Amino acid sequence: MTFITQSIRIGMSFLLGSTGETITEKSGHLNLGIPGIMCVGAAVGCLAENIYLSSVSVISPFLAVLLPIIASFIGSALMGVLYSFLTVTLRANQNVTGLALTTLGIGISKYIIDQILDMKFSQASKYFTSGFPFADKLGGFGEIFLSYGVFVYLAIAIALITSFVLNKTRIGLHLRAVGENPATADAAGVNVTLYRYLATMIGSGIAGLGGLSYIMDNLNGNWEYTVDAIGWLSIALVIFTLWKPNLAIFGSIIFGACYIASSYISGISFAQKEILKMFPYVVTIIVLVVISMRKKREHQPPAALGLPYFREER
Amino acid sequence: MKKTPAIELRGITKTFGPVVANKNVSMEVYHGEILSILGENGSGKTTLMNMISGIYYPDEGEILIGNEEVMIRSPKDAYRYNIGMIHQHFKLVDVFSAAENILLGLKDKKGFDIKKSTEIIHGICEQYGFELDLNKKVYEMSVSEKQTVEIIKVLYRGADILILDEPTAVLTPQETLKLFDILRRMRDDNKAIIIITHKLHEVLSLSDRVAVLRKGEYIGTVNTAETNESSLTEMMVGKKISLNIERSEPKNSEDRLIVENISCTNREGVRLLDNVSFTARSGEILGIAGIAGSGQRELLEAIAGLQHLTEGRIIYHNPKTGKEDDLRDKTPIQIRDLGVRLSFVPEDRLGMGLVGNMDITDNMMLRSYKKGKSVFLDRKKPHELADKIIESLEVVTPSASTPVRRLSGGNVQKVLVGREIASSPTVLMAAYPVRGLDINSSYTIYNLLTKQKESGVAVIFVGEDLDVLLELCDRILVIGGGKITGVLDGRTATKEEVGLLMTKYAHTEEGGEI
Repeated sequence: MTFITQSIRIGMSFLLGSTGETITEKSGHLNLGIPGIMCVGAAVGCLAENIYLSSVSVISPFLAVLLPIIASFIGSALMGVLYSFLTVTLRANQNVTGLALTTLGIGISKYIIDQILDMKFSQASKYFTSGFPFADKLGGFGEIFLSYGVFVYLAIAIALITSFVLNKTRIGLHLRAVGENPATADAAGVNVTLYRYLATMIGSGIAGLGGLSYIMDNLNGNWEYTVDAIGWLSIALVIFTLWKPNLAIFGSIIFGACYIASSYISGISFAQKEILKMFPYVVTIIVLVVISMRKKREHQPPAALGLPYFREER
Repeated sequence: MKKTPAIELRGITKTFGPVVANKNVSMEVYHGEILSILGENGSGKTTLMNMISGIYYPDEGEILIGNEEVMIRSPKDAYRYNIGMIHQHFKLVDVFSAAENILLGLKDKKGFDIKKSTEIIHGICEQYGFELDLNKKVYEMSVSEKQTVEIIKVLYRGADILILDEPTAVLTPQETLKLFDILRRMRDDNKAIIIITHKLHEVLSLSDRVAVLRKGEYIGTVNTAETNESSLTEMMVGKKISLNIERSEPKNSEDRLIVENISCTNREGVRLLDNVSFTARSGEILGIAGIAGSGQRELLEAIAGLQHLTEGRIIYHNPKTGKEDDLRDKTPIQIRDLGVRLSFVPEDRLGMGLVGNMDITDNMMLRSYKKGKSVFLDRKKPHELADKIIESLEVVTPSASTPVRRLSGGNVQKVLVGREIASSPTVLMAAYPVRGLDINSSYTIYNLLTKQKESGVAVIFVGEDLDVLLELCDRILVIGGGKITGVLDGRTATKEEVGLLMTKYAHTEEGGEI
């Protein structure tokens, strides 16, 4: 039972990361900076929480949850703005920019965490992990569906909303057009630059929350420098679930289960555990091979993914 | 009383670096007329239209709509002034349905309601006689269907000034007729229509007036009724040119390539070529006629060794050794070394054959890099070749070191065909070598092919213009649905005969010629 609930909890970090990356990729930005952005999101969120907890005497649990989330979102969104500025305005190569941001983000997070002298993270973590008060009374159902902290519900809500916006609204149609064929979108009167900036900003912000959720919800407030690993897996999850956030809800739980399975299976060696941890990557590669073999156009990545756009270029 | 023009251009100038694309162009279009814009490749037609539709912004001059000066800074602005452009390369999102593509970019306050919008689109289709399945995804569509989506897209936005950039370049004769019917209906509905085309007979049959551009400059506008092909050509080129192909009798003709019962299938198991047999002889031009996608591409690729055959063989009589080779056992490079050259000009000009980001010299080297003896590249000879092609085919380019991507479509094609001819082949295959070329360059290419034939090359020419096929080729092979439906003598065959054979196995409802 704990295996299932733990899988879901860690899965939600993947889900936030991959929903954010999906929004970004739908605009045609292959943002490989997501691991770094998630590090920044985690560190900024933790910093905000620490400041709040040390500066007030009466702690409101609501604010203790809300403030770090807002700070984390803004911090990571700024990383997204930096990415967009470099790739859209200055037309830098997307892959190189992304990788640079990953390195930068890990560095920033280390710097921020080093500055915090009096860590109150494990105290903070309690606010994030407390589930519905009546969950205990509902037995197995309560444990599987209602025992989680705020991030699990937030992640699923964001994924569902994203899925709806992408497929059912005009904004989603325009965003997908920008990622598929920016020249067409531009000729149709869609502001490509605006859409790319906003999508990358919002996507990065959401992904940053994934970093915070990993620290607060999964590690119970123990800071570890493993956030970027969650970021890489989130990018893999985007491919695994064919750029569909609603599918990613289930995909993230599978990834989560793979990620923690090694600690729940007894009697295997260290090497075997490490091999087990590779499973999500292997599955992602298989998915990539299968979709490129099947050639179904709906399942392909956005056609303009990774490509810069400049109107007067021909 | 003088009518108010729908759109008027005054002294428009646009330069790209050192290249002047348009110089002091002034013209006007009225509602309820079709204006053709005629000009050679690189004469600035598309650039001019792009300025009207907001893709480019003019350096000098003004654009007036209904007597008011306007600034068109983006495609969005263009829509606001009811200008809609159908680009030569369609601007559609492949994975979207027709309806989604049509609605893209709109911001009406009615909210996002595909069902309601679909009804309006159906209304437009009925009014002008379009046939379209709105739920079909664009990547499943034929070229003509895609074009229909483009046209409906601009009509849905309420465009009453329509610009079509070479709309017929990719259509079959039947589809072209259909399109022209629709355009005439729009004209009668008081819309202003501007059409860019190279095909003079289309200009004469469709448009009310013709505006001519030459090397970026505006030459003049004439009423279609008062002009003819040769005077239009003269305006375009600036000198009288002869529009005749001199077809000589084949000399010392001998069998060069014998194709025996070849078949091939695609990945889904559909037969693309079905038991095809023919002979190509040296010193003659063998024309291949057929509706687009009837297996022409596969046939040429099979000979070049790029297509896997399920049955049959291809015998090559080597004129140097006198021996016979089966091309089926050979790799594409071995086939090339035998002197079989494929100058394939696919739908997408840059897709196969040239590298867009490389300059003309480097593209020449793609074919010759293996010849060098030293470890370093020898750029001298390719550079000379590049200069020679630029000069003899009149390629409009700042220099031989300009990336091919920056040249206009027709000039790209000249580079490709020029390179293949320069390698002195024994078999030369050319598919649609004049697609998108203006009349003057087209005839340059026809004459090049004829010259190759006279020097003893077996030329295989896949063409779409039946008039040209009948004028140029010694024999015409007609292909339909992957089968050979007939072989005709180019000197005695008629258009009707070829047209009939073309549709024999193809799945088209109607025959008919322009």
